[in-house]
Amino acid sequence: MADSAPVSPPASSTRVNAPIPHESAKLHVSGRALYADDVAEPRNLLHLAFGKSTLAHAKIKSVDLSAVRAAPGVVGVYTAADIPGANNVAPFAGDDRILAEDEVIFLGQPIFLVAAESATAARKAALLGKIEYEPLPAYVTIAEARAAGSFIEASQIMRRGDVSRLESAPRRVSGRFEMGGQDHFYLEGQIAVATPMEQGGMHILSSTQHPSEVQHLVAHALHVNSADVVIELRRMGGGFGGKETQPALFAAAAALVAAKTGRPAKYRADRDEDMEITGKRHEFEIAYEAGVDETGRLLALKMDLASRCGCSTDLSPAINDRALFHADNCYFLENVELISHRFKTHTVSNTAFRGFGGPQGMLAIERVMDDIALHLGLDPLAVRKANFYGPPGSGRDVTQYQMPVTDFVADRIVEDLRRRADYESRRAAVEVFNREHPYLKRGISLTPVKFGISFTTTHLNQAGALVHVYADGSVHLNHGGTEMGQGLNTKVAQITADVFGLGLESIRVTSTRTDKVPNTSATAASSGADMNGWAAWNGAETIRLRLAEVMAKKAGVPPEEAVFEGGRVRAGDLDLPFPELCRLAYLARTQLSAAGFYATPKIHYDRATHSGRPFLYFCYGAAVSEVVLDTFTGEFKTLRTDLIHDVGRSLNPAIDLGQVEGAFVQGVGWLTIEELVYDAKGRLTTHAPSTYKIPCASDRPEILNMELWRGGENREPTIHRSKAVGEPPFMLGISVFSALTHAVASATGAACATLEAPATPERILKALAAGRGEAGPREGA
Amino acid sequence: MSDAIRFLLDGRMERLSGFDPTLTLLEWLRGPAGRMGTKEGCAEGDCGACTVLVGELEGEGVLWRAVNACIYFLPMLDGKALMTVESLGGEHPVQRDMVELHGSQCGFCTPGIVMSLAGRAMGAAGTQEADPRDVLAGNLCRCTGYGPILEAARRNPQKPAADPELVAQLRELRRKERLTLAWTDPATGVARRWIKPHDVADLARARLESPEARIVAGATDVGLWVTKRHRVLPEILHIGDLMREIEETPEGLKLGAGVRYAEAHAPMKRIHADLGELVRRIGATQVRNSGAVGANIANGSPIGDTPPALIALDAVLTLRRGDERRSLPLESYFLEYGKQDIRSGEFVESVFIPRPAPEDFIRIVKLTKRFDSDISAVCMGLRLRMEGERVASARLAFGGMAGTPKRAAAAEAALTGKPLSQDSLEAAAQALAQDFAPLTDMRGSSAYRLEAAGNLLRRFWFERAGAGGVLPQKPLMEGAFHG
Ligand SMILES: Cc1cc2nc3c(=O)[nH]c(=O)nc-3n(C[C@H](O)[C@H](O)[C@H](O)COP(=O)(O)OP(=O)(O)OC[C@H]3O[C@@H](n4cnc5c(N)ncnc54)[C@H](O)[C@@H]3O)c2cc1C
Ligand code: FES
Ligand code: FES
Repeated sequence: MADSAPVSPPASSTRVNAPIPHESAKLHVSGRALYADDVAEPRNLLHLAFGKSTLAHAKIKSVDLSAVRAAPGVVGVYTAADIPGANNVAPFAGDDRILAEDEVIFLGQPIFLVAAESATAARKAALLGKIEYEPLPAYVTIAEARAAGSFIEASQIMRRGDVSRLESAPRRVSGRFEMGGQDHFYLEGQIAVATPMEQGGMHILSSTQHPSEVQHLVAHALHVNSADVVIELRRMGGGFGGKETQPALFAAAAALVAAKTGRPAKYRADRDEDMEITGKRHEFEIAYEAGVDETGRLLALKMDLASRCGCSTDLSPAINDRALFHADNCYFLENVELISHRFKTHTVSNTAFRGFGGPQGMLAIERVMDDIALHLGLDPLAVRKANFYGPPGSGRDVTQYQMPVTDFVADRIVEDLRRRADYESRRAAVEVFNREHPYLKRGISLTPVKFGISFTTTHLNQAGALVHVYADGSVHLNHGGTEMGQGLNTKVAQITADVFGLGLESIRVTSTRTDKVPNTSATAASSGADMNGWAAWNGAETIRLRLAEVMAKKAGVPPEEAVFEGGRVRAGDLDLPFPELCRLAYLARTQLSAAGFYATPKIHYDRATHSGRPFLYFCYGAAVSEVVLDTFTGEFKTLRTDLIHDVGRSLNPAIDLGQVEGAFVQGVGWLTIEELVYDAKGRLTTHAPSTYKIPCASDRPEILNMELWRGGENREPTIHRSKAVGEPPFMLGISVFSALTHAVASATGAACATLEAPATPERILKALAAGRGEAGPREGA
Repeated sequence: MSDAIRFLLDGRMERLSGFDPTLTLLEWLRGPAGRMGTKEGCAEGDCGACTVLVGELEGEGVLWRAVNACIYFLPMLDGKALMTVESLGGEHPVQRDMVELHGSQCGFCTPGIVMSLAGRAMGAAGTQEADPRDVLAGNLCRCTGYGPILEAARRNPQKPAADPELVAQLRELRRKERLTLAWTDPATGVARRWIKPHDVADLARARLESPEARIVAGATDVGLWVTKRHRVLPEILHIGDLMREIEETPEGLKLGAGVRYAEAHAPMKRIHADLGELVRRIGATQVRNSGAVGANIANGSPIGDTPPALIALDAVLTLRRGDERRSLPLESYFLEYGKQDIRSGEFVESVFIPRPAPEDFIRIVKLTKRFDSDISAVCMGLRLRMEGERVASARLAFGGMAGTPKRAAAAEAALTGKPLSQDSLEAAAQALAQDFAPLTDMRGSSAYRLEAAGNLLRRFWFERAGAGGVLPQKPLMEGAFHG
């Protein structure tokens, strides 16, 4: 079968739903798209570097920076004492220092800041600080933190029903496993360029998913008002959650130097530093005990989800909550107790990453499904189906946090996929292959995804936009969302163009700026297009209604009769080019600028009881993957993946398919080759692409068949009935891990799952050895 | 004596002098040249965001190569032609296809990818007959999942175009004399020199004159010392364009020390398919276009890929000092970690790889976390010289198992003189524990390295030709792993 290029569903005639190229595509391919580091540098620009801790946990006894100050090219050296305001870049808990004060809590923590005439001079000088430490006990692993009782907050319990049903269950399955973290590895590293403005103002180009937060934190650090600080961002070279809370550190450093020296200052982290000092996806350790009937249906489940949060709070509470929200995935957990431990360790503070804890919760329950199937000798797909949510009113339609599941379509998607990918006959062929081949083993697995959309912190679910129509009919579009490659600006431009009946060429997409749209939320939780799309629509619609009034008055018909289409406006006998109407409206003194706003309806959540409706709706998808592994070396290859993903009524099928493919491959990377290795002292030893391996072109499955689900439509009144797409397909990657679990079990004959993530060759060999141990000594290879 | 480098940028000659000779091409592009299209994603040759094309005279034409500008020292451009993403304009077919196929998302990797694709369309080094995935293995993209990019590659046929004008211009730039660049760092007062001999004899002289100078071939190692470790290299002897001879005879293959992986690939594949596959998996296209096989040996790294294979094949290294040459078995070049048998004033001139006998069993295997473009956790070279079913002699060498690439004496002994059997391979696998006490690092634990190394021998039983008639010599691995 030939490798299939991503196919776009047929273009529809309207602007929304059309597979329009990314708004910056031509700039990307010609090298003309400007990122923060590409903007022409002012002549007196300073370059910055941090002097960093070499221990994971220690008291700072003394700091001698004389050699740093004397180094060539150095203009200034700063410590925490130089910060005029709050020494803090934490999103809410107040526990992330810009520069360490008297204690360091992770290896690599910034202690001082060097400003120099060149980046090289700053980086070299930063190595010359002499810091005397008094070492303190450092907890690097979850096990160490657990032993020491080190938490970032109280453990949370989410429960429903009667988990003591475990005792009476006919079959009991228990196990434990670890899953690793993940570095974002956005291709563009963290960067901020601060330029001092008059009267203590500060302008900062920041590669950030959260301009408002950077603005507020910088203002506090400089001890000025938010109104004195402007954050601007045209585009990021990738974000994936890694630029939600992390950019504030670099922006604050740049702003501090700019404020102190009156010169513009740039902090551009190099790759190693970026990986060493910015947060990552949380590692998790899972322990579970499931009680099931003979069909594999769960009667009761107890599960422990322990995560490594790192040295501070950051967003870990919400991330771990989301793990709990997704520990059901597509399955009804009737009697369940989920215990979530959030461990504080002396490692970099872990943070948001595509899926935000959801993938970890989902992998946990998918592992439970695989393990049940192995114990009972059943097809894992049958076990999964036996546990699906039921239709509304079936009594199997409410999540463990009391949200009714009213839009469940995973069963239908799985059915479509099972048929299309020929699951049963391929599974049979895999068994035959495995019986015959002495050392290569195949595995196949079909796993579903259900992912909740909305920020689980309710107040974050708001967005704003600003739309100007100029008298020549051109449209200037601004909204609070940020473009990181996900195509947000393209989608919002499509939505806006559609309101006015214009082509996309009439819409000018502009930088996100905190002085245009204030108090925005991060572009995160996959909600960018849902929220900013509605906000822009509201702004545009306000102007359209005003234009319709003008038109109606001229034509002598009611405003509702004005039709905006094909760059023209018609009403009664009148048919005007859009620019002409704009000119008339201007002359008639009509306001052609409007702010739009949107707040997600219906959602509420009570964290104390862990119940409510944290999500407006769910996204669904499923993937089936087939792998082959070499039982001698632990190497493996994904032979084929078929997937179907639900994006509702797609705003832009080409962009959505791009998100699906990219997320899937990134998810596979997380669970296979991407390995973060810390040594016993807490030093990250995989801090560059030479040692930290993200998928490259040949890691893509040999055959990848992708489809946006044709039946997709959002039941909720989202913008044009679309669904969010950024995060959910990431978890389609679980199918590959599950297929590897199958292959390993098939090689060893063990009636349990032994594989841990990431499934590097070394871990696969370990899982094989563990499986053989379980299954007793093995014949042959 | 000259003091300026000359190269062609979009057909226009650039003459540059008075700069830090270890300035990277990327720094120059993004700095003085103001070409911001080329990006930095890692500054260590692993992500490809900085990919540019460098053209050199090759026979009657120009051969373009994709290289990583981030670890390419600017003076290495002397006498060559350069193309960056800006050179393509914006309407190049690969650019149009990338737009049409939605091949960019955040766009940060895109200029580098476009250059790799444009290079492929121009028939650049290492791209002809290569799988598009192989052409792109050195271009990381975190957003797309690569599908549309691979499709853009497939859509564009490979059409090397003649460019007589460029050939003429490049001929003009040929040097008949040594190039010496001198520069004093204004910040530190440290003087630096870049010396580029014009032929091997001149190199031999220069090496004697400046024995302390750091030799640089493709800079895929040395470049990182500067970009990552901020090392200052006072004096550099650039040999990148010398010792590029390849001699293939019935006896074997002789490679000049400057032969790059990309050029060595085909002849090494003709020595043995496994050797070809090993070279294909060293770095990625950009690294193979710069890095030299001789440098891979000379640097003495315990995880360099060619030494274990070449030791197993009984390769011979030739070192030269002035006009004197000495040859030694490759294995004895590696004395201990960080120490090689190379004397002051010497340099590696060539390596000779004897052609295997038809009855030899050969297996060369590299184990990594990511299949392509990754450094070995373990690399094995095995040559069994057979007399019927009996192993007459065994040469087994490993990388990643000790402080140097090293032969496994105990394992070899377990095989030598015995009939080749599952038992003798098992004995050899177990004997590895006497030969090696490998390190634990981020690429693998000591236990994994030992187990996997042994398993390569165990697996060999199933892989070798005609084993019980069950499997062909290249079993399903071929289909499974090599696309
Ligand atoms: C992204 C990336 C991926 C890589 N992947 C691999 C891999 O998969 N496998 C692998 O083995 N290596 C790999 N390498 C390492 C590197 O490519 C090799 O070691 C390469 O052979 C070095 O060649 P070079 O010409 O670039 O050497 P240089 O950097 O120019 O020189 C390397 C060393 O050799 C010395 N030297 C060079 N030539 C001579 C000579 N003729 N005589 C004496 N001394 C000499 C130099 O002084 C220097 O110490 C990788 C490197 C990068 C950046
Ligand atoms: S910047 Fe990554 S390879 Fe050059
Ligand atoms: S498009 Fe973002 S890294 Fe490739």
